[in-house]
Amino acid sequence: MCGIVGLLVKKPALRLRLGELMLPMLIGMTERGPDSAGMAVFTEPVADGLHKLSLFSGEGAAGAKYDWAALEAKLRANCDPAARLFVKANHAVLGIARPVAEVKAWLKANASVIQVLSSGTSIDLYKDVGLPADIARRYDFGALAGTHLVGHTRMATESAVTVENAHPYTAGLDWCLVHNGSLSNPHQLRRQLEPLGIEFDGDCDTEAACRYLEWRMREGDDLEAALHKGFEAFDGFFTFLMGTRDKLALVRDPFACKPAIVAETDDYVAIASEFRSLAHLPDVKHAQLFEPKPEHIYSWSI
Amino acid sequence: MKMDAPDAVLFDLAQTPVRELNQFLHGDLAGVKRVVVGNPDGAHSIAVGVDAAVEVLIDGHAGYYAAGMNKHAAVTIAGNAGPGVAENMMSGTVRVKGFASVSAGASANGGLLVIEGDAGLRCGISLKGADIVVGGDVGAFSAFMAQAGRIVVCGNAAENLGDSLYEAVLYVKGEVKSLGADARFEPMTEGDFSAVAELLAAAGLKHDARTFKRIASAKQLYHWNADANQEY
Repeated sequence: MCGIVGLLVKKPALRLRLGELMLPMLIGMTERGPDSAGMAVFTEPVADGLHKLSLFSGEGAAGAKYDWAALEAKLRANCDPAARLFVKANHAVLGIARPVAEVKAWLKANASVIQVLSSGTSIDLYKDVGLPADIARRYDFGALAGTHLVGHTRMATESAVTVENAHPYTAGLDWCLVHNGSLSNPHQLRRQLEPLGIEFDGDCDTEAACRYLEWRMREGDDLEAALHKGFEAFDGFFTFLMGTRDKLALVRDPFACKPAIVAETDDYVAIASEFRSLAHLPDVKHAQLFEPKPEHIYSWSI
Repeated sequence: MKMDAPDAVLFDLAQTPVRELNQFLHGDLAGVKRVVVGNPDGAHSIAVGVDAAVEVLIDGHAGYYAAGMNKHAAVTIAGNAGPGVAENMMSGTVRVKGFASVSAGASANGGLLVIEGDAGLRCGISLKGADIVVGGDVGAFSAFMAQAGRIVVCGNAAENLGDSLYEAVLYVKGEVKSLGADARFEPMTEGDFSAVAELLAAAGLKHDARTFKRIASAKQLYHWNADANQEY
């Protein structure tokens, strides 16, 4: 079991309140996923030619003691003079001017303890193990600002409770996916993707779906076409909520065993596994509420 | 909990845990006619296991398993219901004013479940004798392995309706996207027309019983057929 939450605000004035509106949604999914949680937030994009990476320094006290200032100094001296770090406890957002692949390779070689959680122009990503409320407090989720976000609370069923196996999963640039369910053919997907040079970070079934869809989009499919191929390729149960630079998208498998409910008003689109996570949104009494149909692609643009 | 009339009791779930509500409903309800549940906000297991002729109004949206195992009570959900509403109901009535999620009325033995809006997938799965009336559409695999009871659908039915049906009978007004294994359309008899009319009247829904089609089991799966080509 897991919980998913998603929120897209339709009015620019609400972008500063994105995190505040989401917080009760995420905490409302604690019973569905008390072992780890994560949040991808899509912000205003960085300036042309620049990118940002979300970095994680490791779990618990060891990660919290990481010397981010030293990393920033080394990055500026040896990799990217424009590198800037914005630190929040065990996480930091790294702004860069050098190409993403070059900076990731430098980090792998020179700061191996650091995990790169996401890369792109809009996406910031936080994930950690523990109760959703504790993680939200640690990284000040209530203060997050942006256009849309994708969150997850995890109850592990098929792989260990680690940050690598927590959701959201990312691949490529400005792309993330969260999953409630279980795939029965992740190894088959992985055997299809690895010979193409696609590397995996963990062993969670969700990563295979995330990387499969990103691969299809890199090959030229739009999100809808990629998802149609996904419906053929994925065997198992899934409710997937996905984020791109300018979209939220939601799909369920043909048996729709894993729940989802959508509330839409003039101000926002909110998605959660259950209504109890939507119950405290403003004006939800007048929202259009519906359950997404199986094998139907729902998407909303900023 | 507070009394808002001599025979009515209000539980505000924003203040009171569901467990306290359910323990009250499982206790001695002498003199209590009506229980109103405020701020349900999608909580799970609201009013499960009630065994008394009491009215329960859930004034909002309910989460998983609302009114499960109901006996004698008349439960109304003013909003939508989560998965498994009225599962294993024994008697009484459960009415959902909005839509119901998956597995509505699963394994229900008796009583009447009315869903005024749409029902999700697997509505009436393994039905064991209850009646279900759905004002809107039902999702895929509804009435899967339903053993006894009746389901009336005033809208459309999605894929694989009545897969592996036993003795339950289904009546659909709209389109059936596809029938499941061993389900078949059968001619409506006068008995069917009056059954549909009676169920629609009980549900308070206005449709012409003569516009419904009957679906029941062809009973070809009742016995193992060793002569069939065992191809899957």
